[in-house]
Amino acid sequence: MAGALRPEDRPISPHLSVWRWHVTMATSILHRFTGVGLYGAAILFALWLMAAAAGPETYAEVEPHLTAWYGQIIMYLIAASLAYHLANGIRHLVFDTGAGLAPADADTSAWFAILFGIAAPIGLWALLSFGA
Amino acid sequence: MSRPERSMRSALGRVRHHGAAGEGTGHFIAMRWTSVALAILGPWFAVAASLAIRDGGYTATIDFLSDPVNAVGVILLVVTSFYHMSLGMQEVILDYIHRPFTKVLLLLLNAFVPLVLGAGAVFAVLLVNFGV
Repeated sequence: MAGALRPEDRPISPHLSVWRWHVTMATSILHRFTGVGLYGAAILFALWLMAAAAGPETYAEVEPHLTAWYGQIIMYLIAASLAYHLANGIRHLVFDTGAGLAPADADTSAWFAILFGIAAPIGLWALLSFGA
Repeated sequence: MSRPERSMRSALGRVRHHGAAGEGTGHFIAMRWTSVALAILGPWFAVAASLAIRDGGYTATIDFLSDPVNAVGVILLVVTSFYHMSLGMQEVILDYIHRPFTKVLLLLLNAFVPLVLGAGAVFAVLLVNFGV
């Protein structure tokens, strides 16, 4: 075939021991990780709704966990996971159209998704603390 | 289904049910429409609920869920997010779990847990609004 690469220039099959860290790799792993985390969050969300429907006595057993330090940390992690999974999910919807797949573009949007995952929960906290 | 004589599968492969299940497109499309819906419902709930239910208290929660727009929004959020996360977890299970018994057990759990909790959560919202 015309223009075929010489054997030593051909892409070699993935060697699992030869790789370098890359931000697009991190976004892919984080997307799965936050997705699985949000699965757990959705279960807590359903339990919270059911506790509210069950009445004040049942809800009173749930409420202390929401305001406790560990509850607040979990809420923060849920907000961060949701923000990141949202931003990276939109990134994937753009990828589905065939756009943004050039390495430089994918790197830039990857950093934006990570940044949004960090900034959005801080923004929400600021809105709740100082805003409306 | 393509006619057997036009298929690229071998006779033995067909007997053993090897090859594509033919259900990938439906999974792909469902993942996309639920993600578009959740890109709206997710941020709406995160901001609206945290502004309305700041301290996680019972009264504020019931007040939030009693608003018709919020009730419909939460029901839509429950249905789309539970469907979306079930599809996502199915991919994760199929990617990482290879032992047949464990794989099928987890796939069954992944089919039933979101269904049961989703039905419970939707009923909880209805109960808050129409219960005695």
